[in-house]
Amino acid sequence: MNNVIIIGAGPAGMSAAIACAQKGLDVVVIDEYLKAGGRLLGQLYEQPDGSWWNGIEESARLHQQALDLGVQIQLNTPVNNIEHHDGQWTIYTEHETLSTNHLLLATGAAESPIPVPGWTLPGVMSVGAAQVMTNVHRVKPGERGVIIGVNVLSSAIAMELKLAGIDVACMALPKMSQLTDQQAHPKHVLDSLLHVSHMAPSQFVKLGSKLMKNDFMKKLGVTFYPKRGVNMWDIPIQLRKAVIEIYGEKQVEGVTVATIDSNGEIVAGTEENVEADFVCIAGGLYPLAELAALTGCPFYLIEELGGYIPLHNERMETPLDGLYVAGNITGIEGAKVAAAQGTTAGLTIAKQAGFEGLDGEIEEAIQVVEETRDQSYIQFHPEVNKGREMVKEKWEEYVLPLRSI
Amino acid sequence: MTQRIVDHPILGSIEEKEQVSFTFNEKEYYGMNGEPIAAALLANGVRTLRHHEEKATPRGIYCNIGHCFECRVTVDGKQGVRSCLTPLQEGMVIESGGTLPTPVKDWSAKNE
Repeated sequence: MNNVIIIGAGPAGMSAAIACAQKGLDVVVIDEYLKAGGRLLGQLYEQPDGSWWNGIEESARLHQQALDLGVQIQLNTPVNNIEHHDGQWTIYTEHETLSTNHLLLATGAAESPIPVPGWTLPGVMSVGAAQVMTNVHRVKPGERGVIIGVNVLSSAIAMELKLAGIDVACMALPKMSQLTDQQAHPKHVLDSLLHVSHMAPSQFVKLGSKLMKNDFMKKLGVTFYPKRGVNMWDIPIQLRKAVIEIYGEKQVEGVTVATIDSNGEIVAGTEENVEADFVCIAGGLYPLAELAALTGCPFYLIEELGGYIPLHNERMETPLDGLYVAGNITGIEGAKVAAAQGTTAGLTIAKQAGFEGLDGEIEEAIQVVEETRDQSYIQFHPEVNKGREMVKEKWEEYVLPLRSI
Repeated sequence: MTQRIVDHPILGSIEEKEQVSFTFNEKEYYGMNGEPIAAALLANGVRTLRHHEEKATPRGIYCNIGHCFECRVTVDGKQGVRSCLTPLQEGMVIESGGTLPTPVKDWSAKNE
């Protein structure tokens, strides 16, 4: 029996482990990947102050800090099931069965796929896959790639590919379908890119942040969007072209793109081929919450946070005794927010495990989460604060009737 | 032919690791000890990791972090191993899966 079990060795899980261990709890962290760090591992970008955010170094630092505090870290260990009996959580891993009174789920996020004809060909991968191959394993996903889907994550990774000397032929939208939704709509994409104009190419800003303030002008911006695209780090970004097919006999040989109108509809006869040996699909992230679903924790669909969210409060507790969540399982945000949530969860667990006088520290940790969110360099969803408010409301609705019993 | 990123302007030179040998579909390859099998194969220019059990179409990595199961291979006789998160070791015998017999009859016209 362990004091605390944490599933997920990303920024949230590791920060929670460190906070628990600092209070003297014995902690086991489980992760199915072969390195600690989760999605933090692949991250590499220049911060506004000119320093580089290096996910590999940050992960190694968290890993070492946890080890120094005596945290047990079990990598290469998939979790297959969770059960709850008599106030105790039983965790079935591929190697052994563990139990605890305090279980933290910090399983992070997964990438939404965008089905495009030809997408099962070898050489087609999620944009995160290309990031991990390039930055973590130092193997090129290919010589020349095309990125389908223009968003914050794919723009950042396009730059990382260029840094590693990999050619990116272009970034383009997916062909509009029932599944692509707004990601295939030029106006919506331009709109969401403008929310991150501080990291978007200066040309976007030149196209006019002012011009883009009302819908009519936004439509005009898309209508006059250069047919050849706008270059960012020498990568043409095509908001008026969509990938209609990925072709290749045994593996990717290229993509067929076509011009689209300002509503995302294909203009017939404009198809052309772009040669490439790999293709990245960037459909955005959603909370990876299967393990929380196994526990019977209530869920709510909150688009502002990226998908179905297990109900939780600001202290990172769920309505189930001894079950906590932190990081992207609670909504898609950056690694720094995830780490701050992890610290909060760790302190809450320590309190529930019997440590007294932690209320002040927990309140401070909650403050840090909010400050980190407000200062975030990359905001995955512009309305994340609205999403967080919605979770708070759901929590109140859920626990109020229980309190009056 | 190597696909390795030996030098990187921010991340620096690649970490030196012990080289190990392994086989994939009975052909010998070399990779870095402890790196994911999928990375070792891609560094050798191998993208196709299996063929679809029913349609026989080629498949490679998709998500690269264990979620999608597209990269599954057989390692030392164990089926369904995700090559993207399994560390490579000296002497591993790795094999692709292929088509499997299906009890479901194909009712398309060509079989009538």
